[in-house]
Amino acid sequence: MTEGVLINKNESDSKLEAVIKPASSAGKSVEEMGEVLLIPKKAIDIKLEADVITPDAFAGKSAEEIGNLAIWQGPKTYPLSEFFEVIGNAGSSAAETLIRIKGDVMRVKRIGEGMSAGKIEIEGSAGMHVGTGMKGGEIVVYGDADSWAGMEMTGGLLNIKGNAGDHVGCAYRGKWHGMKGGRIVIEGSARHQLGGGMDGGEILVEGNVESFCGIRQNGGLIFVKGNALRGVGAEMAGGIIVIGGKIERFSPGFEFVSMENSVTSGEVELIGEFKKFTGDYAISKRAKGALYVVADANPEL
Amino acid sequence: MAGTIAIKNGYVFDPLNEINGETMDVFIKDGKVVRELSAAELKDAKVIDASGMTVMPGGVDSHSHIAGAKVNAGRSMRPEDHYKSNLQKTSLTHSGSGYTVPSVYKQGYDYAAMGYTTVFEAAIPPLEARHTHEEMRATPLLDMGGYLVLGNNFFLMRYLRNGDIEKAAAYVAWMMKTHKTYGIKCVNPAGVENWGWGKNISSLDEANIHFEITPRETIKGLSELNERLGMPAPINLHANNLGHPGCYAITKDSLKIPDGVKTSQNMDVNWAETKINPLRDRSVYLAHLMFNSFAGTTWADCESGVKDIADYINNKDHVVIDSGCTPFGEATVMTGDGPAIHDLYTLTGNKWSNTDVEMECGSGVLPFTYSMSNPVHSLQWAMGLECLLLINDPWKTIMTTDSPNGGPFTKYPEVMTWIMSEAFRKQTFSECHKWANDRSDLGGINRELSLYDLAILTRANPAKTIGVSHRKGSLGLGADGDVTVYNINPQQLDTNNYEALLQAFRKAEYTVKGGEIVAVKGDIVSVPEKRTYYSEVHVEDEREKEMLADVKEWFRYYTLGFANYPTPEKYLKNPTPIQINVVR
Repeated sequence: MTEGVLINKNESDSKLEAVIKPASSAGKSVEEMGEVLLIPKKAIDIKLEADVITPDAFAGKSAEEIGNLAIWQGPKTYPLSEFFEVIGNAGSSAAETLIRIKGDVMRVKRIGEGMSAGKIEIEGSAGMHVGTGMKGGEIVVYGDADSWAGMEMTGGLLNIKGNAGDHVGCAYRGKWHGMKGGRIVIEGSARHQLGGGMDGGEILVEGNVESFCGIRQNGGLIFVKGNALRGVGAEMAGGIIVIGGKIERFSPGFEFVSMENSVTSGEVELIGEFKKFTGDYAISKRAKGALYVVADANPEL
Repeated sequence: MAGTIAIKNGYVFDPLNEINGETMDVFIKDGKVVRELSAAELKDAKVIDASGMTVMPGGVDSHSHIAGAKVNAGRSMRPEDHYKSNLQKTSLTHSGSGYTVPSVYKQGYDYAAMGYTTVFEAAIPPLEARHTHEEMRATPLLDMGGYLVLGNNFFLMRYLRNGDIEKAAAYVAWMMKTHKTYGIKCVNPAGVENWGWGKNISSLDEANIHFEITPRETIKGLSELNERLGMPAPINLHANNLGHPGCYAITKDSLKIPDGVKTSQNMDVNWAETKINPLRDRSVYLAHLMFNSFAGTTWADCESGVKDIADYINNKDHVVIDSGCTPFGEATVMTGDGPAIHDLYTLTGNKWSNTDVEMECGSGVLPFTYSMSNPVHSLQWAMGLECLLLINDPWKTIMTTDSPNGGPFTKYPEVMTWIMSEAFRKQTFSECHKWANDRSDLGGINRELSLYDLAILTRANPAKTIGVSHRKGSLGLGADGDVTVYNINPQQLDTNNYEALLQAFRKAEYTVKGGEIVAVKGDIVSVPEKRTYYSEVHVEDEREKEMLADVKEWFRYYTLGFANYPTPEKYLKNPTPIQINVVR
């Protein structure tokens, strides 16, 4: 889980201002949506694979039908109702469906996988792979999120109010391309390899990150308000990384370009005194990645 | 009754028996094709009503990489290849995963779903033969065999350089028996050895380091040895400079070397009845012609050189090729040609694995994606189809993707449809980079292969070429009861409706193996036993003894003991030796 997060978000001393326009959300006000409550019934031993918990799978279904959807636990399948009390009916389409999970689902993996519209609110912490391959809609996690949140997502908004684990918005093991679109907002801190292989979209972190943030990044924006440990932008070939705090150990393959007063990428504009670097030239000589580091927190660079 | 079946009223395409779409019945008893079934046998037999459908012998793939160390390296270095393509277990079948390099079980099922029953692994490094056989043993449904990589083998290079043909022949014979393999594979002759020193070879008369042998001498020596022993298959040649712009020239010159080497296939087997001569008449089998056919000097000015080679092959009778088509999408390139893969690594920066197999050969593996927007990839697509369409005689061509190098074998339906449908080619031209049209002759070709041609390219000719036509690739009396029924009505065949063709080829209506129905519309319904073929080549004991003295002397350079080198028969599922060079 994420209790091992090395750097606490409260330690961040960044003075950066971020101007971010609101992300396009599900498009429906909550009142019009069919609302489904999922209340965990019992402690879960072997983790569940619950990629059916999406507005797409729930759309047009009654509580009973939703309860009958199959989820995997180890080699067996069970109905969703084995683990959750299901209350309320879904809307007629994914866009009109709101799923509220009332409780901690740290042992439930793949919530919201591949969802295209609608909204999921998790009033607790989410297990691994929340929002993997998400295409649209919105997921709000009020607690922490385990590793691989938003893996290879292409659209939508994933908002994690707590901390996140490793591999947020990353590519699957061995794959070249991670997150391609959409936005991930982490109000706490994240751990290693945030945005690995990222091709597009935005990841915004209020707190800190650990190692290899933006490893093999090709596009998109990673904005970390706090500190980073090391390996930031390792092997990046494109895209933008902004670090608002201190980088503990700076990657050797970057070259200083200029001082900048602001960074703009899509809907995001950041104001502050930045040192701009390009790279990573450690392997490729033609890399086009841009790494912005706040000047006053990194005087030695 | 086991292995007894009647396939009724289908349009039968059996080129080895010159049957071209006749409506007839096919009867199989105890796993073999028979003339007829008695009334009592018919009562117990399963009957398939194939009216309005196409019936062909079971598919034979003479060149695919589906077992062994490099395939397995491809699997382990590509976790991403496995997580989006997977197969759930059923009460009958095993689970599996992987798209370009599927797990062994999935490979067997996927081939059977498309109507294939026989697949030969194209490159077995001797030291990895045990591993290869373990994977082949675990591959369900398919009858298999494999070619032993011998082009850069220390012993053979020494014997050939010294002109010691007797010992070389004894060595090949012993190696086939020792590793339970079927034919000779020759990859980048003389060049792979140089790769051990970070070098390659670029011309036919350039001698390699230490062994001082040239590609020309290697190709000449191996092709002569092959015929001297009476091997079932011609040497399977992967020519030098593969994948380099301009390589078509050396390819053509390589093909000239075995011209005049008289074929002599000396197999002591029971031959199924065929109308045309089932003996192989080619002295060289050039693998994946497309990859060996680039003209130009760099990737910026490269173009198709297929026409030139096709013209040569059209005028000669000693060459057979397989195409190595690239149907776009994901692939994993893997070959014994280590330097070629290193070039691809420097070109792409993709993850790369390579190995040196001690005194025998080497290999390289790298994931690759053929994209329609890429000019070179589009050209390669066109060139692959040119290989099959510019060579006039279908008995000189075999359809492959060099799976998984050009693309996985599961893309065969696309390739089959492209060669049968000009409309489908036009459709693809409109989607891919204009290089495909500008730098190849494919756009000017309106040839569309018939179902009869297709049966030659995917059954009869691969079987005849590699010397399994005594039981595979035909529906003659005594042939194995391997049959594919496609849901295609030849009377109403419309090549403009290529979607229907694609669908029919992707999932054969029925796949029958040894008289058992193994797949219906792509679903596996039974998993009968499979076989593994290998060549048991006979030479004089005295010759073998002399040769073994040399081998034992040099075996101290191997990392394993001599006694641990051979692959015992227990590693094979139903080992089926083919007796070669038997003195009668």
